[in-house]
Amino acid sequence: MIEIDRVAKAYDGRVVVSDLSLDIAQGAFCVLLGPSGCGKSTTLRMINRLVPFDSGAIRVDGTDVREVAPETLRRRIGYAIQSTGLFPHWRVEDNIATVPRLLRWPEDKVRRRVAELLALLRLDPETYRGKYPHQLSGGEQQRVGVARALAADPDVLLMDEPFAAVDPITRDALQSELLHIHQMTGKTIVFVTHDIEEALRLATMIAVFERGRLAQVGTPLDIVERPASDFVRDFVGVQGIGLKLLSVRRVGERMRPGEAGTGEPVAAGATLADALAAMIAQRAERLPVAEDGAIVGVIALADLVR
Amino acid sequence: MRLIWKAPALWVGVLFVALLVEMPALRPIFAAGYPGIEPEIFDRASFIELFLSHLGLVAAASGAATIAGVALAIFVTRPAGRDFRTIANLLAVVGQTFPPAAVLALAVPALGFGPRPTIVALFLYGLLPILENAIAGIDGVPEAVREAGRGMGLSPLQLLRDVELPLAAPVILTGVRVSVTIGIGTATIGSTVGALTFGTPIFDGLAGNKLPYVLQGAVLVALFAIVTDLLFAALARRWRPATA
Repeated sequence: MIEIDRVAKAYDGRVVVSDLSLDIAQGAFCVLLGPSGCGKSTTLRMINRLVPFDSGAIRVDGTDVREVAPETLRRRIGYAIQSTGLFPHWRVEDNIATVPRLLRWPEDKVRRRVAELLALLRLDPETYRGKYPHQLSGGEQQRVGVARALAADPDVLLMDEPFAAVDPITRDALQSELLHIHQMTGKTIVFVTHDIEEALRLATMIAVFERGRLAQVGTPLDIVERPASDFVRDFVGVQGIGLKLLSVRRVGERMRPGEAGTGEPVAAGATLADALAAMIAQRAERLPVAEDGAIVGVIALADLVR
Repeated sequence: MRLIWKAPALWVGVLFVALLVEMPALRPIFAAGYPGIEPEIFDRASFIELFLSHLGLVAAASGAATIAGVALAIFVTRPAGRDFRTIANLLAVVGQTFPPAAVLALAVPALGFGPRPTIVALFLYGLLPILENAIAGIDGVPEAVREAGRGMGLSPLQLLRDVELPLAAPVILTGVRVSVTIGIGTATIGSTVGALTFGTPIFDGLAGNKLPYVLQGAVLVALFAIVTDLLFAALARRWRPATA
């Protein structure tokens, strides 16, 4: 869906991104991960041409991004950023309607789309459509920011640390909703963060950046279990590695199929960290595992550390 | 009753209009206060004539200064004009530090007597506050908002028209308010080169040693400036709720 082909970028002779190649498949949730100044955000912004690149090529859905007018390109790609960038003088409704109106959708279609998106982001349309951004909490603003990025139903969504400025509980809820939206819509998402936990939770594919180059590209499990370099290992975090594995592995991989247990079941698709949290909450060492509403096995405390 | 105190623009305005129309009714007071001055009320032109001419001069100069100041601010905040920012600011500062009286003296040989040199002097004098505020207002648009606008595919013109200018509007309005209020006071000196303003009775009174004329002109010009300032304040309050 997105092909980044030997792209390089320097600001005043200072190399920010060098010889970067990355293929992002359709429907992938690709997280660009790395410390600040590693070029991950620059790379994201090169995809919709907010930052011009010096050499190489970027293709979105087979089209070279430099062959279309930047405005046309950007209206086809959803874009959400940290601190939302909502237009403070426009109501929630008008903010979400930005790109549909640029694309001259008929107004009744715009209204329906706004209501649909507000509902998708769990904001009551009638309560929220007429509010101004300053009347919303940080988490609500961020939801509106995501809704705005999704408004014209783009195939590709670019997100630059969208949840960095909200509190941990809100961030957790927003991450779940984004995962849910990704599963529902199958959009290709490119997501920049410096937060390893966030990356492990969201990504189907992680690209770790180190000073303008790719240090490793792989699944979350690859990155945690088989770091390609000391840099990646350090960045993922040596001490927390066991705990991080818990948040990458799924209950379904470790459960004992066919056995039965008592207590509130955990989902087979949940992470081992979720299972551990459920065990602590229920003071139980064994919990049933549910899949599609049926109990399919149990998971025990010992299974987590196997 | 409380309503009236809450809307000072209203009662200062009423006072202003009353004096403008009914100044001759104060004849006995001036006659008692300053005996021997005939006529007691300035009568070379009606106060309404003075007001309309004064208003016209300030409106023309401030209108032009607003257009020029905002246009210049837009230009120097675009990537292409960034290099001219210091120069534009410098010119506006020179325009304001140059005394309007000196501008008049220099402009009269080129433009003749009457309203035109006054408009030029007021324009130059009023440009700086508008330019400075317009630049500050546009600069004050959060970078994230601009970035989001660009990222969603707003063209540079759409970004300026739909995002930057509306968000900068309250700050720009403050600049216009300052400029106009100063302009109303400064316009009086236009009467020294033949423009008709509330300065006309002031300078006539000073020249002929007729203090009542000075008072009449000065009170009216002060009320004019205060009413205008209050109207701008009311306008600014109306704008704020949507953008705060």
